[in-house]
Amino acid sequence: MKITREEVEHVATLARLNMSEEELVKMTGQLDTILSYVAKLDELETADVVPTTHAFSINNAFREDEMQESLSQKEALANAPKENGESFTVPKII
Amino acid sequence: MNPCELTIAQARVALDDGKLSSRELTTSCLERIKAVDCKINSFISVTEEEALQQADAADKQIGKESVAPLCGIPFSIKDLLCTRGIPTTCGSKILENFVPPYDATVVEKLKNQGSVIVGKVAMDEFAMGSTSENCAFAVPENPWKSGFVAGGSSGGSASSVAAMECLGSLGSDTGGSIRQPASLCGVVGMKPTYGRVSRYGLVAFASSLDQIGPLTRDVTDSAMMMNGISGYDKRDSTSVQQNLPDFTASLTEGMKGVRVGVPKEYFGEGLDPDVAKIVKDGIQSLKSAGAEIVDVSLPHTEYCVAVYYLIASAEASSNLARYDGVVYGYRDRDAESLIDMYRETRSSGFGDEVKRRILIGTYALSSGYYDAYYKKASQVRTLILNDFKKAYESCDLIISPVTPTPAWKRGAHADDPLALYLSDILTISANLAGIPGISVPGGFSSAGLPVGIQLQGPHFREDTLFKAAYNLELGTELANKCPEIA
Repeated sequence: MKITREEVEHVATLARLNMSEEELVKMTGQLDTILSYVAKLDELETADVVPTTHAFSINNAFREDEMQESLSQKEALANAPKENGESFTVPKII
Repeated sequence: MNPCELTIAQARVALDDGKLSSRELTTSCLERIKAVDCKINSFISVTEEEALQQADAADKQIGKESVAPLCGIPFSIKDLLCTRGIPTTCGSKILENFVPPYDATVVEKLKNQGSVIVGKVAMDEFAMGSTSENCAFAVPENPWKSGFVAGGSSGGSASSVAAMECLGSLGSDTGGSIRQPASLCGVVGMKPTYGRVSRYGLVAFASSLDQIGPLTRDVTDSAMMMNGISGYDKRDSTSVQQNLPDFTASLTEGMKGVRVGVPKEYFGEGLDPDVAKIVKDGIQSLKSAGAEIVDVSLPHTEYCVAVYYLIASAEASSNLARYDGVVYGYRDRDAESLIDMYRETRSSGFGDEVKRRILIGTYALSSGYYDAYYKKASQVRTLILNDFKKAYESCDLIISPVTPTPAWKRGAHADDPLALYLSDILTISANLAGIPGISVPGGFSSAGLPVGIQLQGPHFREDTLFKAAYNLELGTELANKCPEIA
């Protein structure tokens, strides 16, 4: 087994997902199959290989910190599931 | 012939000669959508009113002033590109009611050129899938055969172009999502070099792999659309400041002196015999046109699926963390605490495939597993990139199949995600290496399904791909073929 039911449950918590018992069992099986497959990468010796995160090197893109047009408060709130005219509102935290 | 059956280049001539108005052309596309979309489900939303306004605006310009080549041409847009005031669902319930307050750069570019947008097209949820069956709304069908998949994730883009519901479409390609549906639906699909086209306003899936590109009915149209959407954008810091060629200029240059590489790893076990024959005929046709055919090797091809599903899922798990029910999108309204609100929102808003990839990605990035999975995959990504660099020392482009088989029946891989992942083996490497790739129709299988041929080139050499694709197209006479939709 590459991954256990408990590990899937833990990762689901990290990812803020709820899983029913049935989903957990199914997902554990599928993730196990996928992780067993990707273990194929262990066939390759890569100790000296530099990882690639971008296909070709680009320089960091800096720009001046200038005032620019941006969304109005009304536009920014337009898609909010819940708002009070000034800010986004969420269930009580404290 | 209905105006919607014209290619972009043909429509351009008709519009400029005053033989056709953009309103007539747009109306023809809208009528086609009304006639066939109930059968093939390309569209999530049809924007008839806006489209007709855009067409009228284009008609006011055409003939009176010099207009852009895409002015007055109707397009569909994959539903993960932000369109101001038009819902952008990403094929997901979690964004069902999301109305972007801004346009993606590519959409803005089309609008600035006077193009017409007829609607937003279906896709796998968050572009995760190879059949568009992970769409939370109606699933697109293959216009060539009822009950068969259109491919994915840009399935609606491919089916809308193949079915003549529009003249071209913008899709996105993270592991083959433009080239694969183009191949399965018999249209041309171009994935440009990473950084060639701005990703600003593209809902992110895997940011180091995603790239926007066109789906069209012939190679000339693909080059015309690339001219219209490419270029540096200060709002996407990964877009590249490169001189932009006129992509239509190289089309007729011919194949003399072009070295075409054939990678043996792409013709291995599991390749459908019809597909193998069509690609071999394509190689022969380029040879007859004057190309030199050389054998090349991409020895790490067998590892690309494993690398891809770790890197893409890791990036996705991070990108999709923003869907929390706070600032936009769906929210579960019953949850009493903030954490419960996050969890309930994400659990009922995302579909199974998206959850699966978030879990794989979160696991691969989690403490204790990062080195074994994410870092390892990034190192093998280097080996894959080096394979291409080495291959391009002895060839100018690489020819191969796009997919191991033609389109398959809907539901065929319902409970076996790995089997479906493996069908992407021939397209994934281009995204990992950031190189351009194009799928061009090569023929039909014995069952009557389209089969594409893939060409991949070095970074920023889309011009070479267009030239070779144009020659393949001349050889097959398959440009702009119209399916009969039963």
